[in-house]
Amino acid sequence: MSEKHLPLWEVFIRSRSGLAHKHCGSLHAADAEMALQAARDVYTRRGEGNSIWVVPSSAIVASDPADKDELFEPALSKIYRHPTFYDVPDEVGHM
Amino acid sequence: MYTQALNGIPDEATDQSSEAARFQARVDAEQKIEPNDWMPDAYRRTLVRQISQHAHSEIVGMLPEGNWITRAPSLKRKVALLAKVQDEAGHGLYLYAAAETLDVSREELIGQLLAGKAKYSSIFNYPTLTWADIGAIGWLVDGAAIMNQIPLCRCSYGPYARAMIRICKEESFHQRQGYEIMLTLARGTPEQKAMAQDALNRWWWPCLMMFGPPDSESQHSDQSTRWKIKRFSNDDLRQKFIDATVPQAHYLGLTIPDKELAYDDASGHWKIGPIDWAEFKRVLAGGGPCNRERMRARRKAHEDGAWVREAALAYAQKRRARREAMQIAAE
Ligand SMILES: [Fe+2]
Ligand SMILES: [Fe+2]
Repeated sequence: MSEKHLPLWEVFIRSRSGLAHKHCGSLHAADAEMALQAARDVYTRRGEGNSIWVVPSSAIVASDPADKDELFEPALSKIYRHPTFYDVPDEVGHM
Repeated sequence: MYTQALNGIPDEATDQSSEAARFQARVDAEQKIEPNDWMPDAYRRTLVRQISQHAHSEIVGMLPEGNWITRAPSLKRKVALLAKVQDEAGHGLYLYAAAETLDVSREELIGQLLAGKAKYSSIFNYPTLTWADIGAIGWLVDGAAIMNQIPLCRCSYGPYARAMIRICKEESFHQRQGYEIMLTLARGTPEQKAMAQDALNRWWWPCLMMFGPPDSESQHSDQSTRWKIKRFSNDDLRQKFIDATVPQAHYLGLTIPDKELAYDDASGHWKIGPIDWAEFKRVLAGGGPCNRERMRARRKAHEDGAWVREAALAYAQKRRARREAMQIAAE
């Protein structure tokens, strides 16, 4: 056998409020079907959601924490991307 | 269920490099440390030990309660107990997953437990002799666990903190169902009330030991505090638990088995008599009433489940091979 251990899966759940699927944890399972069943048992015992995604952890590509500055720093100085950067007189009312 | 303050932290914990300084600055600023971030080796090792001990405790903790599932006095109690024990399995899984983000495998961690090299909370080495023990465990053991776990929701290590948030949300039901069992017994026949009292007598002191050795003896909490893994000392948490629990026992009309227990007006705390730390050490070292039984049960479960894991993997392999063969044929 090429795999001696149960592979790792990441679990994403869409809450009942209809928001996007959100990462909620991980688990080990032999295949996708068993991963889905285990995710249901482990992560939705109290109606936490109505849709589950399971993704092999090995399929996830993550940004490197070492690159954090060059990736995210530029956004910090761009305050003109936020509504509060612009002055609208009070008389105009809520906008 | 819960992690006990058993962790020795190695001496090289004080690393002087600039990376270490940056790390400590982030911790001081209450930023979360995530799996791929740089961290001192000792921080990693401390977390692996603490989180895996915590996971083992959740898993072994299912055994004393599992003992009563088939003998629960009503269907209502039975479904509640089943749900609670299932939650504890889930807690174990969340925690193993958190530990695995620190570069240890699940197999390695479980191997340590089964080989008797890993610790788990001493409380689960006591037997559940009567139904009242199920009430006492929910009320006291889960109650003590909650005291200890709430500060861990703010632990500096992200995956551990997130697992603890999930766990804490689920623990409240555990404690309340236990207290309700105690309340029902305490309001029942004299025999039932005596059963509740007997359970409290046996579980009270072991529950106080769950918070770990007294501050005067635990040399290692300083570093854990600096790393913001630990937020309160063992004695502080123990005192919080005592202050919360004594009035609950009085409401039940039960007596805390401590002749020296007295309310101290000056400090506003309940003062207890001396804890038998020799017993704590004995149980931790394997000499508790059920240590051997618990390990035997875990090993048997692991061995009995081996064919299921192997079959599931073999089946997944076979289907993958078949899919690949079909793809090649189609090309
Ligand atoms: Fe738990
Ligand atoms: Fe619990």
